[in-house]
Amino acid sequence: MVDATLAARLPLAADDGVESPARRALRRLVRRRGAMVGLVVLVTFVLLALAAPWVTPYDPIAQSWLTVRKAPSALHWFGTDEVGRDVLTRVVFGARASLMAGVISIAIALTVGVPLGLVAGYLGGFLDALISRLTDAMLACPFLILAIALAAFLGPSLGNAMIAIGITATPIFVRLTRGQVMAVKVEDYVEAARAVGNPRWRIALVHILPNILPALLVQATLSIAAAIIAEAALSFLGLGQQPPAPSWGSMLNAAQRFLVNAPWMAVWPGLAIFVTVLSFNLLGDGLRDALDPRER
Amino acid sequence: MLTFLGNRLLQLIPTLFFVSVIIFSLQQLLPGDPATIMAGEERDPAVIEQIRRQYRLDQPIPIQYFYWVKGVLTGDLGESMRIKKPVRELILEKLPVTMQLAAMAIVIALTIGVSAGIVSAVKKGTLWDYAANVFALWGLSTPNFWLGIMMIFLFSVELGWLPASGYVPLTEDWRQSLASTIMPAFVLGNAIAAVLMRHTRSAMLQALGSDYVRTARAKGLFERSVVLKHAMRNALTPVITLGALELGTLLSGAVLTEQIFTIPGFGKLIVDAVFNRDYAVVQGVVLVTATIYIALNLIADVAYVLVNPRLRS
Repeated sequence: MVDATLAARLPLAADDGVESPARRALRRLVRRRGAMVGLVVLVTFVLLALAAPWVTPYDPIAQSWLTVRKAPSALHWFGTDEVGRDVLTRVVFGARASLMAGVISIAIALTVGVPLGLVAGYLGGFLDALISRLTDAMLACPFLILAIALAAFLGPSLGNAMIAIGITATPIFVRLTRGQVMAVKVEDYVEAARAVGNPRWRIALVHILPNILPALLVQATLSIAAAIIAEAALSFLGLGQQPPAPSWGSMLNAAQRFLVNAPWMAVWPGLAIFVTVLSFNLLGDGLRDALDPRER
Repeated sequence: MLTFLGNRLLQLIPTLFFVSVIIFSLQQLLPGDPATIMAGEERDPAVIEQIRRQYRLDQPIPIQYFYWVKGVLTGDLGESMRIKKPVRELILEKLPVTMQLAAMAIVIALTIGVSAGIVSAVKKGTLWDYAANVFALWGLSTPNFWLGIMMIFLFSVELGWLPASGYVPLTEDWRQSLASTIMPAFVLGNAIAAVLMRHTRSAMLQALGSDYVRTARAKGLFERSVVLKHAMRNALTPVITLGALELGTLLSGAVLTEQIFTIPGFGKLIVDAVFNRDYAVVQGVVLVTATIYIALNLIADVAYVLVNPRLRS
C-alpha cells in the first residue's frame, strides 16, 4: 500500500515536464560510479546465490577423502577444504545464507522499529518517553555483544542468528524514524492533512511515512552490510549457520585451523564477505547522496 | 554545568533500569525449563532443584528480577556454573587484558584515522583524498575476524615476525606483551580508524571553510600553521568525543579478536561462557559492557560541553 502511495505521490514521469523527486534521485544514483559498481556486484551475487546448483558441478556438503585440502587448480578454482569439499561451491552456496541473513534480519528490524518510531515521534508523551528509553537501553549494549548474548540464549541456528541481529538492529530504526517523523510532522502538508480531518493513523501512514522512506532506505542498505558481517561473526563463533551447511563465517572458522597448510580456505570466504559488504556500503553511500535534497 | 550534569545523570536512571530489564529478560528466552538447561548434562533432579532454588527460578518473574537487581547493586553478579567462581571476580580478572588491547587500538585508530582525515580534507579532490576515502571504505567493509586471520597468515605463518596467539602481561615482559598484542590491536583499531577518518575529514572541511581560517590566511600565516593550529584544534573536539562513542564497536570487536588471537580477555570470556552455557557470566559481561558504554557516553557528553565555551555558558 505504501509503495503504491509513494508511486502515486512521486510519479516517475511528471506530466508537466518537471522532473519528479524519484526520477531525479534515480538519475543522480546512476551517475555515481561507486554505487553502480556496488549494485552490479550485488545483483551478480544474488543471481549466483539463486542459480547456485547450476553454477557449479559440485555438492556443497558431500565429502571426498580423495580431494582433501587441494590447492586451487583448474578442477577446483578456489581449492578444496579439510574434508574435500569444493571451496568455490561452498562460497557460492554460502552467499544464500549471508544475503538472506542480511536482508531478513534488517526486515525484522524495519518491521519492529519503524512502527515504534512512528508512534514515538508522532504521538509523543509517555509512549515516546517509554520507547525512547528502551531504545537508549538497547543502544547501550554493544551491537555484537547483545547479538551474541541473544543468539546464545535462543540457541545456535541461522534462524535464531537472524532474529538476534534483527532485534539488535531495531533501535537504530526506532531512533531514525522518530527523528524523521518529528522533523516532518511540523511541515505544512501534514498540518493541512490534519486540518481536513484525516485520522492520526492515516496522517502517519499516508502523509508522513512516504516522506521518511528515503532516509530509511539509506539506513537499511548500510545496515544490511553490518548485518552480513554480524551473521558471519555469529557463524564464525558457531552461533549461526550450523555445519555442514555452508556459510562464509563458518568456513572461516574451519579455515583458521588449516592456515599453514591450506590458506586458500580462509582467503575466498573472507573476500566474499568483504566484497558484498563493500558493495552494500558503496550503494548506501550513493543512495544517501542521490536522495539528499541539498545536492542539486 | 552542574544542572547539565544533574539532568544527564537523571536521564541515566531509566536507561539503566531498561538495560537491567533487557539483560535479565535474556534468561527468559531459554527454551524450556531454565534450571534443566543451566544444569547442562547434569540430569540429577537434586542438582536441578538446587539450581532452581539458587536462582529463585521457582519464584514469580518480578521477584526473580528484584533479587537479581539487588545482587547486581551490591556487586554480586552471580556465580559461574563451570568455573565455580563469582562472575565479578572473573570479569575483574579479564578486564585489564581487554583494556590494554582497547587502549592500544585507540592509539592506532587515532593516529591513522585523524592523520588520514586531515590529509584528505586539506588535499580535497586529489589522489590523497581519494586514497583516504578508499581506506575508509576498506576499513568499514573488512570483517575484523578475517583481517585477523590474514594478518596471522602473513606476519606469523609466512614471515614469522609476530606470535600467532597468546598473551603476555605488560608487567611480565613489556616487549613480549607488545608483540603479542600489536596485531590484535591493529585489527581492532582498523575499523575505528575508518570512522574517525570520515569524522575528521568532515569536521576539517567545515573548519577550513570557516571565517576564522579565512582570517588566519588573510593575516599571511603559513598554511601549515593555519591547518594545524587553527583548523585542526577546533575540528578535533567533536572528533574525539565522537571517537569515545566508538568504544562500543571496540568492545564488540574485542570478542572476535580475542577469540582469533587466543587472548584471555573480556571477549573470550563471553564466548567461552556461551559455549559452556554459563549464562550468569554472559549476563554479567553484557551488563558490565553496557555500563562501561553508558559511562563513556556520559564522559563524552560532559567533555564536549567542557571544551565548547558556547555550550558551557
